[in-house]
Amino acid sequence: MWHIMDYFIELLFSGLTRGAIYALIALGYTMVYGIIGLINFAHGEIYMIGAFTSFIVATILSILGFPALAIIVLAGLAAIIWSASYGYTIEKVAYKPLRHAPRLSPLISAIGMSIFLQNYVLLAQTSDFLPFPELIQDFAFMEPIAHIVGSTDLVILITTTVVMILLTLLIKYTKIGKAMRATAQDRTMAMLVGINVNRIISVTFIIGSSLAAIGGLLIASHIGQINFYIGFIAGIKAFTAAVLGGIGSIPGAVLGSVVLGLTESFATGYVSSDYEDVFAFSLLVLILIFRPSGLLGKVDTQKV
Amino acid sequence: MKVTLNRKLIAAAAGLMMVAAIPAAGLAADTIKIGVAGPHSGDLASYGLPSVNAAKIVAEKINAAGGIGGKKIELLIEDTVCKPEVATNTATKLVSDGAQLVLGGICSGATKAALPIYNNAGILVMSPSATNPALTQSGDYPNFFRTIAPDDAQAQLDVDFAIKKLGYTKIAVVHDKGDYGKGFAEFAKKFLEESGKAEVVLFEGVTPGAVDYSAIVQKIKKSGAEAVMFGGYHPEASKIISMMKKKRLDTTFISDDGVKDQTFVKVAGKNAEGAYASGPTDTSSNPLSQQAVKEHKDQFSADPGAFYENAYSAMLAMTAAVEKAGSTDLAALKKTLQTEKTDTPVGSISFDERGDAIGVGFSVYQVKDGVFVEVK
Repeated sequence: MWHIMDYFIELLFSGLTRGAIYALIALGYTMVYGIIGLINFAHGEIYMIGAFTSFIVATILSILGFPALAIIVLAGLAAIIWSASYGYTIEKVAYKPLRHAPRLSPLISAIGMSIFLQNYVLLAQTSDFLPFPELIQDFAFMEPIAHIVGSTDLVILITTTVVMILLTLLIKYTKIGKAMRATAQDRTMAMLVGINVNRIISVTFIIGSSLAAIGGLLIASHIGQINFYIGFIAGIKAFTAAVLGGIGSIPGAVLGSVVLGLTESFATGYVSSDYEDVFAFSLLVLILIFRPSGLLGKVDTQKV
Repeated sequence: MKVTLNRKLIAAAAGLMMVAAIPAAGLAADTIKIGVAGPHSGDLASYGLPSVNAAKIVAEKINAAGGIGGKKIELLIEDTVCKPEVATNTATKLVSDGAQLVLGGICSGATKAALPIYNNAGILVMSPSATNPALTQSGDYPNFFRTIAPDDAQAQLDVDFAIKKLGYTKIAVVHDKGDYGKGFAEFAKKFLEESGKAEVVLFEGVTPGAVDYSAIVQKIKKSGAEAVMFGGYHPEASKIISMMKKKRLDTTFISDDGVKDQTFVKVAGKNAEGAYASGPTDTSSNPLSQQAVKEHKDQFSADPGAFYENAYSAMLAMTAAVEKAGSTDLAALKKTLQTEKTDTPVGSISFDERGDAIGVGFSVYQVKDGVFVEVK
């Protein structure tokens, strides 16, 4: 009996870790969609750029002999600044000129941006897999349960929870959060009451990209390797999770990610990892049939 | 009006380009064009680029000595990224550029997709690394040869090693769902079951590129396997082995030559210590091999990478066959390759009627202090 429980708990935490990883990326997707109704396909690439930036900074700092904690903080900060400036620029270059174009145009622009950034990193950096340093050292107190939850897993789980709470607070209780909600509800009205909509959209992209950068640092440190292509697959899964949870909703993105992570983990554990994706996407289809706007998504009532 | 004018312009431009292309094809008659197809960018570039270097070195050497029967070798280097859909485009391009021989196909899947196009054009293809058994054993690819032993030979070696040398009885077989990895895994499973001495406690495929492999690692742990046999390439192998160490699982890791690459050790770091992987037998005592490695070091000031010697050997075997046969005709080349032996860095080789090299084998290697060392 104990063995069965043990295995269940191992799979549970493996699923939660996976979910938390997806959530770090899914939050950025869902924020941008919530504010301007655009699926930012280049978001996965922002995550990849965050991973590369933290890789470069961490490598330089460890050569210079900085202590581990300083490396994480500085590499994280560098990644946030770098990714945020990419996010900001992408919005200005690829989405802002298309804000009044049909919905399909910015979507295609986003896909183009994604392909451009992948190939840019491929050319500017390398096509090889790079060994990402283990930034998060094993905590001694985690050793007895290291076979269930690793130290990196723990850091990822905590970070995702904290980020989700902070984001919710930001949107609910701050002035900028109020402006974001206003922009999401009705852009023209928001402008009329004196909200600088362009600035709000830029801030949204900066926050979303910063989250992706944190994700890049933590996830790369968890997997231990990066290359120019990691953003694509992670991005697709995170996007799925955001849709599952109800795109546009912050708690929804986290819930969707956790549900997706758990489904994949239990499907691997109890059925077969061959069917991991089959289960994940069957679940997506099922949920969308019964709740077309996702688990926590807002239902758009059509006024007649 | 403007549209019609544009159309006319385009038609005229296309016409000009075609005219321009004809003399180029006509001039090609006094060189022997050898296509070099493989992943020269992307994830698996580290498997493809060494073959390009080998091709360049051999071509320069032969050209410096006067070419083959007076004809110089011209290399047409084209990227396939190891993707079947790209490889077919590459093949079409090489055929239309007038390639007479092709060195390559590095990955089995991409090679398989491209072979019919080369076959229809009557072009001989020799791969230094595509090890999928069906490439030679199915009989569907009469123009295909290779200077590496097929996966079933490799799976057999790994299975014998795990059972006889390491004495394991419970083995988990995991693969990456690709042509190469799954092919290897299926043979490993078959040989393990046939041996009657070991049990396959788990047989599963993982999704390449996933962000986390802890669920499959927990499953391996639960299966009680003494060893994991992995079929696939180094990116997934290094993720799985690192995750195993993170979950405090000390199961032995045994894999194929897709993992026997220094990148695996570089990425997995200390987690790779003790892992086994099979790969082409070490030929460093062969003087031709020493010479090939030295030429690489002289020209590129670096150690050669994966499959360099197999590619070097393939170049030697193909060019020697053209010289002896006196043409690049497929039937004549096949006959020569099957009857005449060529001295190459991987040994003195000829080919059987299916296209597999006779006299090329695999050995098992183990990671010790960050390098693969042959297990005697």
